[in-house]
Amino acid sequence: MMSADFLYGIEVVLNGLMAGVLYALVALGFVLIFKASGIFNYAQGVMALFAALTLVGIMEGQVPFAHMINAIFGTEVHHFGWHVPAFAAIIMTLGVMVLFAWAVQQFIFKHLVGQEPIILFMATIGLAYFLEGVGDLMWGSNIKTLDVGLPQGGSRWIEDMTASLGDDSFYGFFIDKLDMVATVVAAILVLSLIAFAQYSKQGRAMRAVADDHQAALSVGISLNFIWVLVWSLAGLVALVAGIMWGAKSGVQFSLSLIALKALPVLMLGGFTSIPGAIVGGLIIGVGEKLFEYTIGGMMGGATENWFAYVLALIFLVFRPQGLFGEKIIERV
Amino acid sequence: MFYREAGDFKTSYEADNQTFPIAFDRYRYWAVLAVAYLVIPFIINDYWASAIFVPFLIYAIAAIGLNILTGYCGQVSLGTGGFMAVGAYACYKLMTAFPDVSIVINVILAGGITAIVGAAFGLPSLRIKGFYLAVATLAAQFFLVWLFNKVEWFYNYSASGQINAPERTVFSIPVTGPNTEAWAQYLICLVFVTVSAIIARNLTRGTVGRKWMAIRDMDIAAEIIGVNPLRAKLSAFAISSFFIGISGALFFAVYLGAVEVGEAFGIQKSFLVLFMVIIGGLGSIFGAFAGAAFLVLLPVALKVVGVDLLGWPTDMVAHLQLVIVGALIMFFLIKEPHGLAQLWRVAKEKLRLWPFPY
Repeated sequence: MMSADFLYGIEVVLNGLMAGVLYALVALGFVLIFKASGIFNYAQGVMALFAALTLVGIMEGQVPFAHMINAIFGTEVHHFGWHVPAFAAIIMTLGVMVLFAWAVQQFIFKHLVGQEPIILFMATIGLAYFLEGVGDLMWGSNIKTLDVGLPQGGSRWIEDMTASLGDDSFYGFFIDKLDMVATVVAAILVLSLIAFAQYSKQGRAMRAVADDHQAALSVGISLNFIWVLVWSLAGLVALVAGIMWGAKSGVQFSLSLIALKALPVLMLGGFTSIPGAIVGGLIIGVGEKLFEYTIGGMMGGATENWFAYVLALIFLVFRPQGLFGEKIIERV
Repeated sequence: MFYREAGDFKTSYEADNQTFPIAFDRYRYWAVLAVAYLVIPFIINDYWASAIFVPFLIYAIAAIGLNILTGYCGQVSLGTGGFMAVGAYACYKLMTAFPDVSIVINVILAGGITAIVGAAFGLPSLRIKGFYLAVATLAAQFFLVWLFNKVEWFYNYSASGQINAPERTVFSIPVTGPNTEAWAQYLICLVFVTVSAIIARNLTRGTVGRKWMAIRDMDIAAEIIGVNPLRAKLSAFAISSFFIGISGALFFAVYLGAVEVGEAFGIQKSFLVLFMVIIGGLGSIFGAFAGAAFLVLLPVALKVVGVDLLGWPTDMVAHLQLVIVGALIMFFLIKEPHGLAQLWRVAKEKLRLWPFPY
């Protein structure tokens, strides 16, 4: 028999790991784009929001820009009146994200090649605002529920299995089924991304671009194509993250704020490392839950708002390139 | 025709190095000051003060502050909202703790306190660079907002968690509190803006400013030619935070009067001020004004056109505003990465040759 406090501690860690997986998912999108194009894509969170909004909109057969059309033309259109099955809707949303990737490359970053990184970063902040506004105009800003048939609620099985570990006051670990699905999906996504980068022709080209733009260009790799590809992949990751977060807490503006949560994850793991994003996500997820559980209560609670940033800040002072980042070498 | 240097002889170094070397610029500068001080206070009403002039002036101070840090010293900060909150809460604590001290002194002291906090959060900048630093400043943003939310001492244990500015006077004219007249609000902000701009301009073209710019352009090289990075970076953080603190104090005490920290000084504020600096032009004091004016006027203009003229619903105009701001930022970065200030410079170069360009 273990004491209930200790078991609750373990439960906190487990839940932190699950939350960390979701952070890692968003951070993964950042890393993909940053490695291939040196763009620090602040819009990743809004892309997740936009993908989730689009998915809900397509599934429910909403008319895009209905609010705007009604306001300007005085009509009363809202829905097409059909429902698209989840699977088809996901494929269509993916199509939208690819189109978005192409547009971003064609109209924005093609014109910004060779600019300083900070300018590119600012451009993605602009993109985030733009996309958020477009998403709201297109699908409306009300909170939507996303139901693609993922299991919800705590797992009774795990609860029953683990209840015997503690004494009578302990009812077993409460673990959300959705979180478990998210973990599995994230693991599959990461493995397939790594396989794609390692073994496919496009993946190899992608790594070449990440290594050196000019050298890649000189052996005949189309930078434009690769950039559209990475933005599409980031769109895919955003869609998965959007589905997971949307199913968990509804599709609403706060979903885009997970981008901010992913930033300390990135700093911990290093901007250029895919494993770093995963490990960083897990550390942050567990760290903030444990801190809130042990010390946070004494400090008035809600320490989750800042703990990740402060942790990353302190960590960076000792290791400026993050856990797995490439060593920063500066030359005059 | 009228904008040229011919015949405008400089006979001393001071004359040669002045801020506005062209006579026409100097006249324009004095004319703007004259209109701002002698005309606008007499014709301003509540709407113009609260919708345009006062926020413009306050944001201009914040943008000057951030421009010193980001534009001149090259350290990107996303903690502006948090530092404005420090200014606001410091001002509130000072106002309530020392009711007899003049509000002007309180605001300046609030700036000083913010400078200390800013320098403390600037310490990691010695190790952390670029994006890593930008994200690290988010720690300041979220931690400070949380602190002012949770620690009741900061808002004097008020039940609502808000801070309210008591009435304070300058020359026995109320400038804070509910009885403030529009012109008094406007004038006190204007005085702070003018002094801040003059100080910032002279700092940035002096020794300190040159050190900042050396650090911005390449910190290792700057170190080799004898710029102390510790002092340069920390002074940039401190002075930038000083201005941001003043603007936060004014934002709370003069403009809003009552503040809830998460709402008024959230992460959105940090981005707003950053956009002002980018759209206005990094590394330019004029750019800070141009960017502040642009982003204060844009929502007002959109509201007038969208809601009042076309009769669109308010929420749609708000979303449209996001789209337009986002698109404009990207447009500016593509067309003119150096912002409105650069457009202004180009226009002036053209004017010098007008109407007979080679």
